[in-house]
Amino acid sequence: MSAPAAEGRALAPVGRRLAEVTGFRRVGAYDVVSCDDPGGPPPDPGQFYMLAAAEGWGGDCDERPFLPRAFSVLRRHADGTLDFLLEAVGPGTRRLAELRSGDGLWVLGPLGRGFAAPRQGRRPILAGGGVGIAPLAIWSDRLGAAALVLLGFRDAPHAEGAELIAGARVATDDGSTGHHGLVTDLLHAELGCDARAEVYACGPPPMLEAVRALCADLGVPAQLALESGMACGFGACFGCVVPTRSGYVRLCVDGPVLDAADLDTALVPGAGH
Amino acid sequence: MTAAPVAPDAVEFCGIPLAHRVINASGTFDAIAARRAFGDALLERFPFAAFVSKTVTVEPRQGNPPPRLWEQAGGMINSIGLPNKGLRGYLAEDLPRLAELPVPLIVNVMGFSREEVATLVAAFAEREEVAALELNVSCPNVKTGTIMGADPAETAALLDAVRPLSAKPLIVKLTPNCTSPAAVAAAAEQHGADAVSLVNTLRGMAFHPRRPGEPWLGGGSGGVSGPAIRAIALGQVAEVRARVSIAVVGMGGVQSARHAQDLRRAGADLVAVGTESFRDPLAAARVAAGLEQLEHNFPANSGVSGATPPVAQTPVAH
Repeated sequence: MSAPAAEGRALAPVGRRLAEVTGFRRVGAYDVVSCDDPGGPPPDPGQFYMLAAAEGWGGDCDERPFLPRAFSVLRRHADGTLDFLLEAVGPGTRRLAELRSGDGLWVLGPLGRGFAAPRQGRRPILAGGGVGIAPLAIWSDRLGAAALVLLGFRDAPHAEGAELIAGARVATDDGSTGHHGLVTDLLHAELGCDARAEVYACGPPPMLEAVRALCADLGVPAQLALESGMACGFGACFGCVVPTRSGYVRLCVDGPVLDAADLDTALVPGAGH
Repeated sequence: MTAAPVAPDAVEFCGIPLAHRVINASGTFDAIAARRAFGDALLERFPFAAFVSKTVTVEPRQGNPPPRLWEQAGGMINSIGLPNKGLRGYLAEDLPRLAELPVPLIVNVMGFSREEVATLVAAFAEREEVAALELNVSCPNVKTGTIMGADPAETAALLDAVRPLSAKPLIVKLTPNCTSPAAVAAAAEQHGADAVSLVNTLRGMAFHPRRPGEPWLGGGSGGVSGPAIRAIALGQVAEVRARVSIAVVGMGGVQSARHAQDLRRAGADLVAVGTESFRDPLAAARVAAGLEQLEHNFPANSGVSGATPPVAQTPVAH
């Protein structure tokens, strides 16, 4: 078992380890890839793993993908199985979406700093958009019934992803499912009723920025799980920096969850491209 | 007096005993951050025989604006911009932590003038935590950084300025972005360098995928690394080895023991792993173990001086 770090995060075993893919299923427009991880410690909600297929990734003959890809963990089951949510949009996610049971998957993690418990007496509200709902699933499992979960998607096939979090309320851009509009509409209404909340958000940069601005206006604390292109996941490459009020920080070791109060904007150049 | 018996696998680099022949390329591993991610288990399984820290400059640097990375065919382009705490911050905060590592520490320094490099070299001269210094005269991310290492006379003048300031081994990190890295290496050797290391990244750029003609990287251009530059590294190491007899650290696209063995056969005394550590933090340990096995079975040209360079003096058509 891993010892907790001084700064209170689950530590990753040193080095990547070869896991076996144990399951693959479609959830609407998304894919859920599951793998075993017998040697890995339980992740904190909001932590992430670097993933790379054991075959067809880097090496001498493959052009891309070359670098591993960062994924927030969707869930960890009692037997140690890890679930990851992905949408095949680029060379890395397309290759991962080809994986089937028995295939090898390199995993490194859990990495980074996850969500912190709500400040005294505040009601947790989880707001997610698109594939960014992943860390909210494991976080809502941990928080239990106290958490209100609001999810936004572009259309009905994507909104099927909401089934991954029981009791979630849904908004869609095209109105095909749930509220016709943005997840921040739902969030605004909730905070209007009761601002004694702490908001946890993950999603595309414009959504995170809307959440940040809304919470700043209303004086509601928020924790944002950000995304940035990263090569390593453990602080080596200095590639994943985001600007904060105290300068650039590396999302991989100082995030991916940042306190919204530390940000002037959640629109990070290069993220979500 | 009888000389102490030397273990058959013992490695010495500029007088520094090392456990094996694989180190890290500067700027590709942050041992302090990695310890936050992996805990003290990192120290027990530390993958490098010596640790080369990220470039230190006199003044603190925030680095380049994001985006800083671009994945490309067989590797990546980075535009990091040498973020660091500056000399004072490094001495106060980083050096004590790096001194806890179980391997010798090599400090990489860069100045924007000979005087700045001299300040840095002098500052580490009496620090017993530091085994050697690497002079970054080659970073392609910062415009002025290329000047000293791109020209043999500039390199010679730099070494004339800093060599008298420190008895520590000085390693000159060569830039591949110049006419003749071998000529620069020869100048470095003649003016007192103890070793050269190569290659640094090759200058490159990428455009935004959806905004035609707009550079993707926040710094405009960056440095290409990874398997894409392996053949270039091999060629330059062989050319440099043909010109100098000081120690050579070879790097560029090393992913396997076989790649490391190739660099050894081209004349490198040590091999550095860089970009591959991003894909696997223990890549260097795997390379080192495999290299020892390969060299046990097929001994390379070992030793520094007088190694016969396996390089053709005239181009050979294939």
